[in-house]
Amino acid sequence: MSKGILYDATLCIGCKMCEKACAEHNGLAYDDSVAAESKQSEHKFTVVLTENDKFMRRLCMHCEKPACASVCPVGAFHKTALGPVVYDVWKCIGCRYCMVACAFAQPKYEWGSLNPRVRKCIMCPDLIKRGEATACAAACPTGATKFGERDQLLQEAEDRIAQNPGNYVPHVYGKEEVGGTSVFLLSSVPFEQFGYPSIDKIGDKALPEYTGVIMEKVPDFIPLWALVLGGIYWLAHRKEEVAEAESMEKHGGVA
Amino acid sequence: MKFKVTFWRVLFVIIMILGAYSAYVRYFRGLGAVSNMNDQFPWGLWIGFDCLCGIMLAAGGFCISGAVYLFNVERLHCIIRPVILTAFLGYCLFIVGLLFDLGRPWFIWHQLIYMNPHSVMFEVGMCVMTYTTVLFFEFLPNVLEKFHLTWPLKIVKAVMPILIVAGILLSTLHQSSLGSLYLIMPSKLHPFWYSPALPFFFFGSAIAVGLAMTIFESVQSAKALGHHLELSVLVELGGALLIALCVNALLRFEDFYHRGILGQIFKPSYEAYFLWLELLLAFVIPITMLSFKKVRLSPKGLYFASLSAILGFVTNRLNVSITGFETWAGHHFVPKWTELMITVSIIAMGFFVFAMAVKYLPIFEHGPGVSEPVVERKPLRGELPKPSHVAT
Repeated sequence: MSKGILYDATLCIGCKMCEKACAEHNGLAYDDSVAAESKQSEHKFTVVLTENDKFMRRLCMHCEKPACASVCPVGAFHKTALGPVVYDVWKCIGCRYCMVACAFAQPKYEWGSLNPRVRKCIMCPDLIKRGEATACAAACPTGATKFGERDQLLQEAEDRIAQNPGNYVPHVYGKEEVGGTSVFLLSSVPFEQFGYPSIDKIGDKALPEYTGVIMEKVPDFIPLWALVLGGIYWLAHRKEEVAEAESMEKHGGVA
Repeated sequence: MKFKVTFWRVLFVIIMILGAYSAYVRYFRGLGAVSNMNDQFPWGLWIGFDCLCGIMLAAGGFCISGAVYLFNVERLHCIIRPVILTAFLGYCLFIVGLLFDLGRPWFIWHQLIYMNPHSVMFEVGMCVMTYTTVLFFEFLPNVLEKFHLTWPLKIVKAVMPILIVAGILLSTLHQSSLGSLYLIMPSKLHPFWYSPALPFFFFGSAIAVGLAMTIFESVQSAKALGHHLELSVLVELGGALLIALCVNALLRFEDFYHRGILGQIFKPSYEAYFLWLELLLAFVIPITMLSFKKVRLSPKGLYFASLSAILGFVTNRLNVSITGFETWAGHHFVPKWTELMITVSIIAMGFFVFAMAVKYLPIFEHGPGVSEPVVERKPLRGELPKPSHVAT
């Protein structure tokens, strides 16, 4: 079964334990200065944003049909059966198309490195495989970040809104965005306040479908277009042959 | 050997020194140090200009070879060699540019083993690689003739029709696919430039720019090298350019109209200014100019109309790749000087290699009436004699 993460901002106290656990699990340095950074980067895969007394986490959404995986020319990204969208660094050629394509701007780059990698949250696939929760979910003291079965989490998110409609924006972020994700967000304030693109903007269509309509035509297009081009060649050059044959006739077969 | 110091040579050396320094920064300090690219702008000048514009500017190769060999437009035969040279050079320089832009260029060959057929970039990569090989063979007769290698020349000539068809097929695919690259970003790219019709725009503009570049380059090299210029050829190309520009303009208008943003276009905004600049240079100026017969019949008029169209479509591609993302990214993108110098030195290198090739290879010597340069063609009896093809 596919796993997922549910983040409920109304339960979050902004302690940033998830940030710390994430950094530790991924072998990244974490201190007060990193904690103070309010944006994601190649050394900070998740961030807890604070606005007044409201909080919001940002992390890779682990799309059901990820744009990063679809655009990568060498297939360095793929969605695993368990849910995480993972990255095979040894395949990567560094074209950064994944970064341009991601609607949530999650892949970050090691701009200062001479052998740079794309970095992003990969939903702790090693822990998940062992049946454990992700580092961030395990570290959360209030249960704001919850790890579990994707379908159950989605149901739970909808139940929470139904039981406490005054407490939430009536929308589970990630349910329909770009065709659905494995990370769901609940909030009492609009998600756009924290830089999440609204569904009006990114739509509910999986991003790979936008290129799919063109790409799926390529295998048919190639032989067809080759035939048309060959036909044009033949037609355009036929007049020479005809002219030659006619002149042969006229001159009694003497070329 | 005497070496004369001229302005252009001094400039070339300065550009090469600055370019070498920038290349050092790129490979020893990293992409972040050499360019202004960042997580908001993962693609900067190199993708915008070197790749998107570079491939477009080299489109003359498939346009003219298509006209000459496919459609059998004989009159254009005399310009096929410089055009093929430009295209081959353009694609080689594109690959050089890519080696700067890729974060891990030493793994560029991964494309051949870890294929992802869903990726537009995979398709572009494979097409560009194959097409550069095709262009190499289309260019090869120049070298073979120079060294009088008769039998390899015969083989290349024998397979030339297949190469030509393959070249046009591959060009159709990757020229349009450069536009398809942006189809997956409907929420990021500004609505002025995001359109489901992007692949058609990119293909259409490649044809227009291919023709414009051929005119521009023919006039320019005739002036620089002092060889005779066939006016009838230019006039023919100018007419084709006018048609190509009108078709492109119509497509753009239809697109704006059907997406319901015609009203927005005329409202002043940061993006609108860049759109106006693009439309002015690409369509308004050259179409107006070329509408006058006087302009279509004068090399100077054709030259400036083509230049305007080229600049207009270059602006268009920079708008698609840079201006269109500035609102989403929340800041403007201005390339760092070292980033710019890499691009400038790649262009300068192109000019240098072109000059060398023209000097040492039979590119222009094969003017009209000397011989059939590439494809063997039987002289016709039923055909009216043409001034450009006197005898074989």
